[in-house]
Amino acid sequence: MLRPRITPCLLVHQGGLVKTVRFADPKYVGDPVNAVKIFNEKEADELIVVDIDATAENREPNFRLISQIAVECRMPLCYGGGIKSVEHAKRIIGLGVEKIAISSAAIQNPELAAAIAREIGSQSVVVVLDVKRKRWGSGYEVWTHNGKQNSKQAPIDLVARAEQLGAGEIVVNSIDEDGRMAGYDLDLAHQVRQATRLPMTVLGGAGSLDHIQALIARCGVIGASAGSLFVFKGPYKAVLINYPTPTQKEALIRAALG
Amino acid sequence: MITIIDYGLGNISAFLNVYRRLNIEARTARTAEQLAGSTKLILPGVGHFDHAMEQLEEAGMRPELDQMVLENKVPVIGICVGMQMLAGSSDEGTRPGLGWVDGRVRSFSGWEPAAALPMPHMGWNDVQPVAESPLFAGLDAEARFYFLHSFFFECARKEDVLAVANYGSDFGCAVHSDNIFGVQFHPEKSHHFGTRLLQNFAEL
Repeated sequence: MLRPRITPCLLVHQGGLVKTVRFADPKYVGDPVNAVKIFNEKEADELIVVDIDATAENREPNFRLISQIAVECRMPLCYGGGIKSVEHAKRIIGLGVEKIAISSAAIQNPELAAAIAREIGSQSVVVVLDVKRKRWGSGYEVWTHNGKQNSKQAPIDLVARAEQLGAGEIVVNSIDEDGRMAGYDLDLAHQVRQATRLPMTVLGGAGSLDHIQALIARCGVIGASAGSLFVFKGPYKAVLINYPTPTQKEALIRAALG
Repeated sequence: MITIIDYGLGNISAFLNVYRRLNIEARTARTAEQLAGSTKLILPGVGHFDHAMEQLEEAGMRPELDQMVLENKVPVIGICVGMQMLAGSSDEGTRPGLGWVDGRVRSFSGWEPAAALPMPHMGWNDVQPVAESPLFAGLDAEARFYFLHSFFFECARKEDVLAVANYGSDFGCAVHSDNIFGVQFHPEKSHHFGTRLLQNFAEL
């Protein structure tokens, strides 16, 4: 049986790992390479690493750091942040990264996304949609540049386009729920799940394993990603890298899928 | 010495890392000359079938590899697209494959049981050996591996199927013919399950 994936998402800011709340207030949580080593020991399903400065500061990906992480990482690795050309994507894959994540580039320059998919293969192209509820009225809009620019497009429209362009996976990230640890936006997850045949990963809001269970119960075999949940412990958010044990994971998946 | 064939595709460093941790010597080869002295070969691969075949041909290692694998019977394992390259052809492209294991590579999209499922088949799936093989020694029913692919290997001979995984229905995810092995999943990224499999290959 193909299993739902439980995927830590690590944010890189000024060379260190941070965790944000609603894409703001980055709190330092440790060293990226050290965190990867801990997730190796805990046998995490996959890892997503996002450089949240690169696109916002309009600079290249930090290839040196990506290489250090890739060499250490014993699970499938997805890197995102600052990828603006086919060359960037190829170079990152060459460093030993399984998948690259693009967001701003995919939305503003669809042709680039298609060219990257042709070059490195669809299976390695992840399109990330950072989604916010509309300020007025109902529905959702996709934002780019680390949540600073409104594309004014609906996630279900962009997901269909990403599929046409040759994406191999979609990550749906709720800006509203980021760092709140109050649960995923299940309606958003379900809505996007219905709109695409691509494998999908949901990010933003997980504060407990119960939240992950609720997501899988609603959407089936899906990727459940989380930041805060896997780097904080307890009500005061003490920094402690953690991940469910194989037994906890089995119980959770069994309960969710029935 | 285990040699990882480096023709520009696949996560070469991940294999080297696994063997370094196991204290098993491994190296890479980028030319036909560098293949000399290999006692085991690993053929990694990712991306498009035709592109992978093209890269391998361009690396100029093909005649030497045919000689080593088909004549000298050096054990070889193809990984992911590297496994698909063992076949005679692939629905993904027009180039012929290596033709080392009888079969053809098919698209999941054109395969009824998986036609409605998310594509690519991506994530951790159970792997069920269907034949005795030292490659799966010590890997029990709990064994699971990381997959990332939209095409799969359909063996011409049923006895060449070494293990199956289920995606809509069972498909062959490991093949074996004489000294030639292939796995569709990524042992180099499958934690202790994958490490064990790569160790088993080293100890064949």
